[in-house]
Amino acid sequence: MSELRELYQQVILDHNKSPRNYHKMDDATRHVEGFNPLCGDHYTVYVKLEGDRISDVSFEGAGCAISKASASVMSSLVKGHTIAEAEELFEDFHRLVKGEIEDEEEIERLGKLAAFAGVSEFPARVKCASLAWHTLHAAVKSDTKAISTE
Amino acid sequence: MTTASAPTGVASFHDILRIAGCRHHFPLLRQLVNGKPLVYFDNAATSQKPQVVIDAMVRYYETENSNIHRGVHYLSERATQAYEGVRTKVRDFMHAEDQREIVFVRGATEAINLVAHSFGRRYVHAGDEILVSEMEHHSNIVPWQILCEELGATLKVIPMNDRGELLVEEYERLLSEKTKIVAVTHVSNALGTVNPIKELVARAHARGIPFLVDGAQAVPHIRVDVQDLDCDFYAFSAHKMFGPTGVGVLYGKRKWLEEMPPYQGGGDMIKSVTFEKTTYNDLPYKFEAGTPNIGGGIGLGAAIDYLHEIDLNAIQQLEHDLLFYATEKILTIPGVRIIGTAQQKAGVLSFTMQGIHPHDIGTILDLEGVAIRTGHHCAQPVMKHFGVPATARASFALYNTKEEVDAFIKALHKVIEVLG
Repeated sequence: MSELRELYQQVILDHNKSPRNYHKMDDATRHVEGFNPLCGDHYTVYVKLEGDRISDVSFEGAGCAISKASASVMSSLVKGHTIAEAEELFEDFHRLVKGEIEDEEEIERLGKLAAFAGVSEFPARVKCASLAWHTLHAAVKSDTKAISTE
Repeated sequence: MTTASAPTGVASFHDILRIAGCRHHFPLLRQLVNGKPLVYFDNAATSQKPQVVIDAMVRYYETENSNIHRGVHYLSERATQAYEGVRTKVRDFMHAEDQREIVFVRGATEAINLVAHSFGRRYVHAGDEILVSEMEHHSNIVPWQILCEELGATLKVIPMNDRGELLVEEYERLLSEKTKIVAVTHVSNALGTVNPIKELVARAHARGIPFLVDGAQAVPHIRVDVQDLDCDFYAFSAHKMFGPTGVGVLYGKRKWLEEMPPYQGGGDMIKSVTFEKTTYNDLPYKFEAGTPNIGGGIGLGAAIDYLHEIDLNAIQQLEHDLLFYATEKILTIPGVRIIGTAQQKAGVLSFTMQGIHPHDIGTILDLEGVAIRTGHHCAQPVMKHFGVPATARASFALYNTKEEVDAFIKALHKVIEVLG
């Protein structure tokens, strides 16, 4: 059961059951759709930008517990931060779920993101965890309307 | 509540006991996964291989490996004999009339592509129609779609009801003088439905329309008799019937194969080549360009021998019992919905759980040692029909047991404990 506990940590279970910032945003600066065609995970991420700051972020859609919890945690972490800070977090998250951060202290410093450390043991689920982050990246960095993990 | 199809024959108690002893023929099943005994319920994706198949391939590479056909030396002749011997076994296995009707390919997908490419370019024209069904695997949709796009033909779809059964009256209405070929699966990989192929073929033939059967899911479960079905083409893969990956069979009636142009050019499919003109080889070699998967073919032959040893009626009965048992048990779990409840069903149990994504089900089951498949099963139109993005699918083979079903059900309770 230890791996199971690691993958489906309390933070993930909680954010899956009661996702934060889970709504449509009518006055969003931009919104992008993210698909994972293999699982059918499908989310729209909305961002409100004020200069280089993400003043608000929300999402809606459907998918597995890992993808939904990841989108929820992401939304609560990047809200109010600059695009550069969000991108830095994405970089950390990406390294974490790929298993590239091994130092326990460094993992702990990531706060709520650390809940996703267990994902690195499940290569098939890395795309689930990363979907919302890729979608956010597209929303703040490019002018695409939709992205796909494939 | 689904009722699975009853086996066509009656298996003796002796036969059933014999199957119960088959499990130890499969070395891979003797392992722990995540510390738990492996429960392998992903047989519709690929089956495990008995020791005799593995041994036959090892023996081939250790003692006979050589390139087949034109060689004059001892090994080449032995390899040729062994490989062509498999063609005879396949002919008997499918009850084909003539072994020239047996074309070796990479798998069912390549077999369908071969027909779409070769038959399609000879007989299909702009304005014509090709008929597939709503429950097809992508590999029996996309080759026809590519052909239609290229030629300006139209793909038509036989609809199904909410149990996952084809609507035969609708099918009848869709058949017309524009229809150039019908391509339907024998057993649905996503739903388990066994289609009434013989009846569907007869209705197409009444209008002179040829019929292709995708038999990938049928061959490990049902005795296939292509002369009785009277189908024009039948495609299957070795790896779903206890043979190796990378080899499969296209059966085609000679009258079509003779007329159809080659699929690929290369060695073995020619009689003579000059820069001005190439004369193609006779059947079935006309469709077998390049050195084939000889070792894989040997493995297929061993898999057919293995299936001969076991009574197919007994296999059907065992799988029917497992499906019935698993269906009854799973319906006691709150929030479970079975996708595919046809009257005639093979050992496939596709389901969803209220509020829980199939991928989470799959991951938690894996941690309990239970291997199932989750996703759209390469049948996205089926998912669309039932309004789900994906399903979880348990699929059974002759080596599975009721104890394994119990472990599977127990693991599903764990899913609810964690995510419910």
